[in-house]
Amino acid sequence: MKKTKSVLLSAPYLAWMVVFTLVPLGVVAYYALTDPATGVFTLGNLRNLGMYLPVLWNSIAYSLVSAFICLLLGYPVAYYIAHCRQTAQKFLYMLVMLPMCMSFLLRTLAWVGLLQDTGIINTMLAKIGLPRLRLIRTPAAVVLGMVYNYLPYMILPLYATLMKIDRRLIEAAEDLGCTPVQTFCKVVFPLSMPGILSGMTMVFVPAVSTFYISQKLGGTDTVLIGDVIERQFKQGNNPNLGAALSLVLMLLVFVCTGIMNRFGGGEEEVVV
Amino acid sequence: MKRANRIITVLIFIFLYIPMVVLVVASFNTGKDITQFSGFTLRQYQRLFQDRSLLGLLGNSLLVSILASLIATVFGTLSAVGIHNLNPKLRKVAMTLTDIPMTNPDIVTGVSLSLLFVFVGTKMLGQRNSLTFWTLLIAHITFNLPYVILNVMPKLKQMDASLTDAAMDLGCTPLQAFFQVTLHEIMPGVVSGAIMAFTMSLDDFVISYFVTGLDFITLPVEIYSYTKKPIQPKIYAMFTLLFLLIFVLMTAMNLIQLAADKKKVAARGK
Amino acid sequence: MKKFISALLVVCLAACLFTGCGKKEETTTIYVYNWGQYIAEGDDDSIDVIAEFEKKYPNIKVQYSTFDSNETMYAKLKNGGITVDVVFPSDYMIGRMRQEGMLLELNYDNIPNAKYVDDSYRGLAFDPEDKFSVPYTWGTVGIIYNSKYVDEADVTGWELLWNEKYAGKILMFDNSRDAFGIAQYLLGYSVNTTDSAELQACTDKLAQQKPVVQQYVMDQIFDAMENEEAYIAPYYAGDYLTMVEENPDLRFYRPEDQGFNIFVDGICIPTCAKEKEAAETFINFLLDPEICAQNLDYLGYSVPETEAKQYLDEELVANDIAYPSQEQLRNASSFDFLPEETSREMESLFMTVRNG
Repeated sequence: MKKTKSVLLSAPYLAWMVVFTLVPLGVVAYYALTDPATGVFTLGNLRNLGMYLPVLWNSIAYSLVSAFICLLLGYPVAYYIAHCRQTAQKFLYMLVMLPMCMSFLLRTLAWVGLLQDTGIINTMLAKIGLPRLRLIRTPAAVVLGMVYNYLPYMILPLYATLMKIDRRLIEAAEDLGCTPVQTFCKVVFPLSMPGILSGMTMVFVPAVSTFYISQKLGGTDTVLIGDVIERQFKQGNNPNLGAALSLVLMLLVFVCTGIMNRFGGGEEEVVV
Repeated sequence: MKRANRIITVLIFIFLYIPMVVLVVASFNTGKDITQFSGFTLRQYQRLFQDRSLLGLLGNSLLVSILASLIATVFGTLSAVGIHNLNPKLRKVAMTLTDIPMTNPDIVTGVSLSLLFVFVGTKMLGQRNSLTFWTLLIAHITFNLPYVILNVMPKLKQMDASLTDAAMDLGCTPLQAFFQVTLHEIMPGVVSGAIMAFTMSLDDFVISYFVTGLDFITLPVEIYSYTKKPIQPKIYAMFTLLFLLIFVLMTAMNLIQLAADKKKVAARGK
Repeated sequence: MKKFISALLVVCLAACLFTGCGKKEETTTIYVYNWGQYIAEGDDDSIDVIAEFEKKYPNIKVQYSTFDSNETMYAKLKNGGITVDVVFPSDYMIGRMRQEGMLLELNYDNIPNAKYVDDSYRGLAFDPEDKFSVPYTWGTVGIIYNSKYVDEADVTGWELLWNEKYAGKILMFDNSRDAFGIAQYLLGYSVNTTDSAELQACTDKLAQQKPVVQQYVMDQIFDAMENEEAYIAPYYAGDYLTMVEENPDLRFYRPEDQGFNIFVDGICIPTCAKEKEAAETFINFLLDPEICAQNLDYLGYSVPETEAKQYLDEELVANDIAYPSQEQLRNASSFDFLPEETSREMESLFMTVRNG
C-alpha cells in the first residue's frame, strides 16, 4: 500500500530531470542542426567539425596525461591518509577538500603569478644568478594547471576505497609470505581499482572540458575544446557551431566513461 | 615505504597550498603586482569593504546556494524514497537520468541549460529577459539533485525494509513512519548530500557563467570578469577572508564530529 | 547538531530574504553594460561617477557590469536573453546594432546635455541622424611598446607585431574587427572591405603572426605591459596614457603612413531596456561637461566636448597622443558597419585563426 504511493514521489523528479537534462540536450541538437544566420536546417555546423579534430585530440591527450599524473601523485597521498590515526585522517581529509571550496579561477591566476616570465619563480632564479626559464604558456603549464586543480578529485575517491579495504586481507598476505611490494601489487592495488577508476573519471571529465586553465596557462597553440566552445558562445556569435561542438564533447565523454566503467566492472568481478 | 609516502604527502600538500599562500600574501601587498611584495598594508581590505558590489555578490552566491541546496535536499530525499520503491526497470531509468548531469561536463550542462532558457524564454514566450535569478536557481537545483540522490540511495538500500513495516504495524501512519523511522535512518546520507550540494553550488563557476544574465550574478562569475581586467588586489583580500572562514568552519565541524564520536564510544563503553 | 545547522540555515535564509525585501523602495534600477576600465570608479582620487550619479539621483540605482570587446557584448545581447538599459558600443557596432533593430531611439528631451557634443562627432556614418547614440569618447589605435626592450629602429609600422625578434613578447587584440583592421592596414586594404579574397588574405596574415604572439587579450594588456611580461601590444591611446603612469618606459606609436583606426565609442539604449527614462537621465549625467571631463581625465580617452576641455588637465589637452593633429590623422580611418554576412565571415575567420 505504502509502497505504491511512495512510488509517486519519484514522478516529479523524473519529470524535472527530463525537462532540465534531456530537453536541453535536445535544444543543443536543434541549435547544432540549424544555421546561425537564417535558422534553417543545415548540416553545415557538423561538416565544420572536422577542422576541430586536432583541438579535440589535444584536449584528450592533455587530460589523459593529467589524469595519470594525478593518479601517480594522488595514490601515495590517499594511501598515507588512509593509514593515519583517526584524528589525523579527518584533518588531512579536510586539507584535501579545502582547495576545492576556493575559487579555482583565482588559484589558477596565482599560478600565472608564479610561472610567468616575470613571475615569482623566475624572479627568484634571477636573484640567485640562474637563467630564467620558459615556464608559462607551454603544454606542461596546462597539464600542471589541470593536475593542480583536479588532484583532490583523485585523492578523495582513492582514499574512500583504500579505507574500506579489509586490513585482515593485507595481514593474511603478509602471513603467507608476501613482500610488501607483492602485497601491494596483488592485494591493495586490485582492491583499490574502483577508486582509481572513479578518480580517473573525476579528473578526466572536468579536465577535458576546461576552458579557463588553458587560456591562462597555455600559449596561443594550446587551444582546448572547452576554449573553442566558450569562444563560439561568448565572442564568436556562433552558438550553433558551439552547440555542435558541445555535442561532440558530450559524446566523447560518454564513450570514455563508458569504456572506463566497462573496464572497471570487469576488474571488480575478477577481484570478487 | 611509509617514510617515502609521508614525504610525498607533505610535498603534495605544499603544492596544493602554495598558490593560496601567494594569494594571501598578495592581499597584504602595497603594490598590485602579485610577483613583487613591496610592503605590508591592510588597504585592500578597506577597499573590499568599501566596494559596492563584491560583498553583495557574495550574498547572491550564498542565497542561490542555500536555496538550491535546501530545495534539492528536500526534493531529492523524497524522490530517492520514490525511486527506491520503483520496479527495477524504472529505477534503472531514473538512475540513468541522474547520471547524465553527473557525467556530462559542466560546460555542456551550462550551454544546454542556457540554450534551453533562451530558447523557451525568448523565442517561445517572447520575453526580453530570460536569464534571471529563477533560471539560475533552476540550474543549480538541477545539478544539485544528483548529489542528494546518490548520497541518500545507498542509505535507503542499507536500511532494513521491515523497520517501516514494523512502525506501521505499531500504528504509525505512512507519513509518521517516514519521518520517525526512515528519515532517521537515512539522515547521514541526507546531511552529506546537502553539504555536497551546497559546496558545489557555492563554488560553481562554469554552469553559472553560461546561465547568468546581468541582473543576478554570483561571485565566481564576477571573479572571472575581474581576471579579465587589470587586477584589483581587493579580490585577493576577498579570497583570504573566504579562506579563513571556510578553514574555521571546516575545523569546527571536524572538532564537533570528533567530540560526538568520542561520546558515542564512551556511551558504548558503558 | 543537525537541528542546529538547519536552524542556522533557516535564519540565514530569512535574513537574506528580508534584506532583499528591505531594499524594495521606490527606486528604479538601471543595468549599465560598459567596457572594462571605461568609467572612473574613484581609484587614485578620481571621481566615482556612479556614486556621484546615485547621490544626485537617489531613486535610481546603477547595476554595473563590464564586457571586454564589442563582439562579446554583441553576442551577449543577441543570444543572452538579458536586460541592459545603457550600453557603450563603438562606431561600427552601433551601425550594426542599429541595422539589426537592437537599439531604441533616444529622447533628447531627457538628454539636454547632448548640446555640448561637438559637431564633428555628430551625424557620423554609423548613425547619420543621431537617433540612437550620443558619443562617449573617441580615440585612436596604435602600438604600445617598451623602450627598454624594443629597438627604436624596429618601430617602423604594424609589421613590428610580426617581428620574430620579439617572439613570445607580443600581445594581440582578441577581437575580430581590431585584429583584422591591423592586417588590413598592413596589406593596404580598406578596413571596410567586403571582399572575401581580401579577408582570406588577412586571415592568412594573422595566422602567420600567431607563432610570435604571446596571448590574444584585451584588458589583460594593462598588467602584462606594466609588469613587462610583454613588450609590444596594439591598443587604444587612452589606455596607453593610463599604463605609462605605472611604467614610464612605455611608448606609443601610431603608424601614420600605413594608417590606423580612429574610433568613436557611443552610448546607446538597446531594445531590451526596461527603464528608458532613467537610462536617459544617466546618459545626460555622463554628458555633463564637468563630469565628462573628470571621468575622461582619469580614463585618458579623448573628450568629444570642447566645453569639457576647460575642466581638463592642460597637459592632457596639449598631448598629441590623446588629441592628435589633423596632419597626424591624415591616414586615419574609421570602421564603418559591414553587411551582416561580412561581419559573420570576419568573426568565423578570426575564430579559425584563434583555434587553428
